[in-house]
Amino acid sequence: MTALTHPHGQDHDHTHHEEEQASRDQFGFWLYILTDCLIFATLFATYAVMAKNFAGKTEPHEVFDLAYVAVETVLLLLSSFTFGLAMLAMRRMNQAKLKLWLYVTFLLGAGFITMELHEFHHLAREGVTPQLSGYWSIFFSLIGTHGLHVSAGLIWMIVMVIALNKIGLTAANRSRIAMLSLFWHFLDIIWICVFSFVYLLGAFA
Amino acid sequence: MNQSHSTMRHDTAHGSLRSYLVGLVLSLILTAISFGMVMSARQMTAGLAVIVLVTAVAQILVQIIFFLHMDGRREQLWDTMTGLYSLAILLFIVLGSLWIFHHLHINTMMIGH
Repeated sequence: MTALTHPHGQDHDHTHHEEEQASRDQFGFWLYILTDCLIFATLFATYAVMAKNFAGKTEPHEVFDLAYVAVETVLLLLSSFTFGLAMLAMRRMNQAKLKLWLYVTFLLGAGFITMELHEFHHLAREGVTPQLSGYWSIFFSLIGTHGLHVSAGLIWMIVMVIALNKIGLTAANRSRIAMLSLFWHFLDIIWICVFSFVYLLGAFA
Repeated sequence: MNQSHSTMRHDTAHGSLRSYLVGLVLSLILTAISFGMVMSARQMTAGLAVIVLVTAVAQILVQIIFFLHMDGRREQLWDTMTGLYSLAILLFIVLGSLWIFHHLHINTMMIGH
């Protein structure tokens, strides 16, 4: 009824409502990111406490390959950048470009996870497994938790591409992709702490 | 006019191509510095550890400013406040744990083990 008498008014209210909803959703997601940050804080604190607990077994500097970790880092940094390009395409409402950059981001993230799994496999073949010592328990817990998050991000990207194909660039989908972008940049920040504190500071005896 | 003043987060919280490029270049430079310094060193020194820490903090700030576009704007007040509060808890957890276990090691004579 109001739509007949005040079509523009209602349209405006509708947009306003969607904006408020998106803003609330994204603040909620931001709070989730902060609590997730605290999970990583406890893992890093445990890592710092366990940093020398090798139980006389293999020490990290014997098996770390920094060049390999540098390539992993570049993959993740580039994927953060390409997600930024996806967000720019989304703001211009260019769905084709948005999907293209999501695909590129997915491939870079998948490359990172593949390299990480390969590293774990390589370590296991050298006899380095979580049960070897306190140090390796927290090493695999910390890096594995980050890897699981990245894997969840990859699954979320697939879900978003399917959602885009089904219902297009709606306000809800734009809000979800904005949250995924926050999640992805957050994982990049965690990785900066991982390569700095774990790999670089653990590179020498 | 109304549209350009939109308070929608995913409208305001976007950078330009330029800000993403600057962010990428800065992160790659900082990554190259920390990896390059450690890979060309023969052993870990206090100075080297400080360089790794400083570049890590710098790179986190680069990510927050150029990729997350958090710059303390008025409409980000709640995000900033909750973020700073979490940072305080994070420091309590990490520094507190290290402090407690440092004393535990001293009291149980396990220094260096």
